[in-house]
Amino acid sequence: MNAVTKPLATIGRVTLGFLALVGRVAIFAGQSIAHIVRPPFYPREFLTAVLNIGYFSLPVVGLTAIFTGAALALQIYSGGQRFSAEAVVPQIVAIGMVRELGPVLVGLMIAARVTSSIAAEIATMKVTEQIDALVTLSTHPMKYLTAPRVLAATLVVPLLVGIGDIIGIMGGFIVGTQQLGFATGPYLNNTWNFLEMSDIVSSLIKGAAFGFIAAVMGCYHGMRSGRGAQGVGRATKTSVEAAAVLILAANFLLTSFFFAT
Amino acid sequence: MIELTNVHKAFGPKRVLDGVDLTINRGESMVIIGGSGTGKSVLLKCILGLMVQDQGTITLDGEDTSKVERDAFLARFGMLFQGGALFDSLPVWQNVAFRLLRGSLAKPKEEAREIAIEKLRRVGLTPDVADLFPAELSGGMQKRVGLARAIAAEPEIIFFDEPTTGLDPIMSGVINDLIREIVVEMGATAMTITHDMSSVRVIADHVAMLHGGKIQWTGPVGDMDNSGDPYVTQFISGSAEGPIEAVR
Repeated sequence: MNAVTKPLATIGRVTLGFLALVGRVAIFAGQSIAHIVRPPFYPREFLTAVLNIGYFSLPVVGLTAIFTGAALALQIYSGGQRFSAEAVVPQIVAIGMVRELGPVLVGLMIAARVTSSIAAEIATMKVTEQIDALVTLSTHPMKYLTAPRVLAATLVVPLLVGIGDIIGIMGGFIVGTQQLGFATGPYLNNTWNFLEMSDIVSSLIKGAAFGFIAAVMGCYHGMRSGRGAQGVGRATKTSVEAAAVLILAANFLLTSFFFAT
Repeated sequence: MIELTNVHKAFGPKRVLDGVDLTINRGESMVIIGGSGTGKSVLLKCILGLMVQDQGTITLDGEDTSKVERDAFLARFGMLFQGGALFDSLPVWQNVAFRLLRGSLAKPKEEAREIAIEKLRRVGLTPDVADLFPAELSGGMQKRVGLARAIAAEPEIIFFDEPTTGLDPIMSGVINDLIREIVVEMGATAMTITHDMSSVRVIADHVAMLHGGKIQWTGPVGDMDNSGDPYVTQFISGSAEGPIEAVR
C-alpha cells in the first residue's frame, strides 16, 4: 500500500507546489499592475529603468540581431538551393526576423541581461535590509522598485524588438547583397512588399509581453530571495531560467493566437 | 508609549518570542540586550510591522499597531539599521532626505538637501560627503549617514539596531555618544538592541534582557550591575559559566 501511495503523494506534493508557485507569481504580477496604475508614481525610477532596460540593451540587441539575420540569410539560401528556391531569401529573412527571431532573441537577451540584473539588485537590497528601510521610510517596495521596472520593460522592449527586427533584416540584406549576389533594389522591394502590418503588430505585442515577463520574474525572485550571497545567486539564476522558459512558452501561445489559422 | 503584551513569534518549530511583555515610556531610552539569535531584531521588526507576530498585541499610545494607518504610523519612526541599509543607487544626501523627497512629508528639493546637509553636520560629517555614494564611505561614516537618515524627519521614536556592530571601539564610542546626545536633544523615545555593553551604559535609561523568548529582567540602567538576576549578571560579565548555555 505504502509503495503505491508514496509516489502518488510525491506527485500530489509537486503538483500542489507548482500550482502554489503559479498562484504566487500571478498575484505578484497582478499587484505589479495595480501599483503601476495607482499613485504615488516614481518618474525618476521609471526613467532610470527605461535607460537601463532600453538604451543600455541596444548594443547586445543590435549585435544579436545583425548576426542572426546574416546567418538566417545564409541558411535560407543554402537550404533553398536544394529546391531552387534561393530567391526567397529577402522574404523569409523578413518574416523570420519580424514574426519569430526578433521578438524571441530580444526577449531572451533581455532575460539574460535585465532579469538577472533586476533580480540581483533587489535580492541584494533585501539581504542588506534596504527593502526594510524602504518600508520604514513609508515607501512601498512594490511601488518604488517593481512598478517602474515592469512598466519600463513593457514599454521599452517592443521598441527594442522593432530595432532588432530592422537590424536583423539589415544583416540579411548585407549578406544577401554582398555575398549571395542579390541586387539592392529588388532585395529591399521584396522585403518591404512581403511584410504585412499584422507581422509587425504581432512582433511588438510579443515584445511587450516578453518585457513584462522578464521584469516581473526579476522582481519576484529578487523580492523572495533567501539570505546571503547564496540566496542572491539562487534568486538571480532562478529568475533567468523562469523568464526564459516563460518567454518561450508565451511565444508559442502568442504565435498560435496570431498565426495558427 | 509602546506596549507589548504577550507577543509570540515562531519560525517553523523555533519559538523566537514566547510571550514578551514590555513597556517603553514616552521619552525613554530603552535598550534590549540579549545573545545572538534571541529574537531582539524580530521584536523590533514586529513593532514596526515588518513582521507580524503570531499572537499578542503591540500598542503605540494605546492604539493597536496592526490597525493604525501605516503611513502615519511609520512617519513617527526613524530607524538606524545594523548595516546602515543605505540605498546604493542614491547619493548620500538623497539617502538622508529620502523621506523628505517623497510622500506626505515631501519638501522642495533644495530645502530637502539643506536639511540633509544640516543633519549630516549634526552627526559629524562635512557637506562634501553629501554628493558621495554610500559605497565610497567607510563603515563608521555609513553608520553616521544612517543615523542622519533616521533623524532627518525629526521622528518621535527612533530605533537603533546594533548601532556599533562592525565598528572599532573608538568609533563605537563616538556613535554611542551621538545617539545619546540626539535622543536627549530631540526628546525622542528610543529603543536600541545591542549586545555591546558599552553602548548600553551610554545610551540606556532602562534595560531589558531578552532570553528564551521572554523578557528575563528589566529595570533602570543603574540597577543593571546589581540586578541579582543570574542571566543578566552572566551576560554583563561575559562569562561562559552560568544559566545561559554557551556553545564552545
